[in-house]
Amino acid sequence: MINRKLIIVLVLGIALVAFLVGMNLYQSRVQSTQEQQVAGQSERLVRMHSPVIGPREAPVTIVEFFDPACETCRAFYPVVKELMQQYPADVRLVIRYAPFHQGSDQVVKLLESARQQDKYLAVLESVLAAQPQWADHGNPNLELAYKAAEQAGLDIPRARADMAATTLDAVLQQDVQDLTALKVEKTPTFFVNGRPLPSFGQKQLADLVAQEVSKLKR
Amino acid sequence: MNRTLTPLLGAWLVAVAATGSALFIGEVMGMVPCVLCWYQRIAMFPLALLLGMAFYSEDRRGAVYALPLALAGAGVAGYHSFLVAGLVPKAWVPCGAGVSCTDQKLDIVYGIELPWLSLAAFLVITVSLSLYLRRTSK
Repeated sequence: MINRKLIIVLVLGIALVAFLVGMNLYQSRVQSTQEQQVAGQSERLVRMHSPVIGPREAPVTIVEFFDPACETCRAFYPVVKELMQQYPADVRLVIRYAPFHQGSDQVVKLLESARQQDKYLAVLESVLAAQPQWADHGNPNLELAYKAAEQAGLDIPRARADMAATTLDAVLQQDVQDLTALKVEKTPTFFVNGRPLPSFGQKQLADLVAQEVSKLKR
Repeated sequence: MNRTLTPLLGAWLVAVAATGSALFIGEVMGMVPCVLCWYQRIAMFPLALLLGMAFYSEDRRGAVYALPLALAGAGVAGYHSFLVAGLVPKAWVPCGAGVSCTDQKLDIVYGIELPWLSLAAFLVITVSLSLYLRRTSK
């Protein structure tokens, strides 16, 4: 009886340890290959056209590949905002678009047209807040997204005219090209000064930002 | 430990290893399981619990109940193996939407296709359980 109990505990223990060790090895391998990939083409992280939130010359840059229709991006918005409040002078956020969902490209254009009217943050927050209403993945209702933007003060007729411009297509194309080259497959994907997260998570992001900020103090 | 129990322990070890690997591939490596993979998981995950219980309490009936799961899993894994080997016309593939069962990269372990590994695991469990049941039959 004791014999069998011991075997069972041993087997489960070994299985658990093997799983955790494997997980660590795998994640660090993925992180280092991703790091190398980014190091070779760092120009793909930040483009001239990319929206920057926070101090433009901040030494620590969080790059977020972002899809306005993605629930996790919505959930991470307050997390990132809090991080920026924690280091108001040191951290800036660069938003790159990853229009993975149906209709996302239109909403990205809506956000970009809000930038031309200097209402980027207000519209972004309003559109994200209303995301559960408009962003049904199979059947997005973009009119509701426009309505949310309008509530944030966006001049919709002007925005619609701006959205038709081909420059925005070029912006989207560039972002998609970059995320393909960087092998970004999920949103949100974060890079902090070019370094990817060891594994996805709120704490991992906060730790990486804290690390990069503490490098400045040395 | 009684020697007759060895095949039961063996079957349980295989089930634990297979369950752990499936979870690793799905949760850590982030590969989305296709429909056929899900059916195999449905057969394998309970085996990891069931056979552990049977081994712990030295209960012959546990092996009796586990055997149909192992056979069902072997059936699906066999079909899946034929599918990736190209022996089944693709038109039969039951998963139209979602993740494809044929076109996914399944040879992640040095060219060994995952369905083969799954089939091997189910077959080893089936054989071990049959052996154990024969040894303990009166």
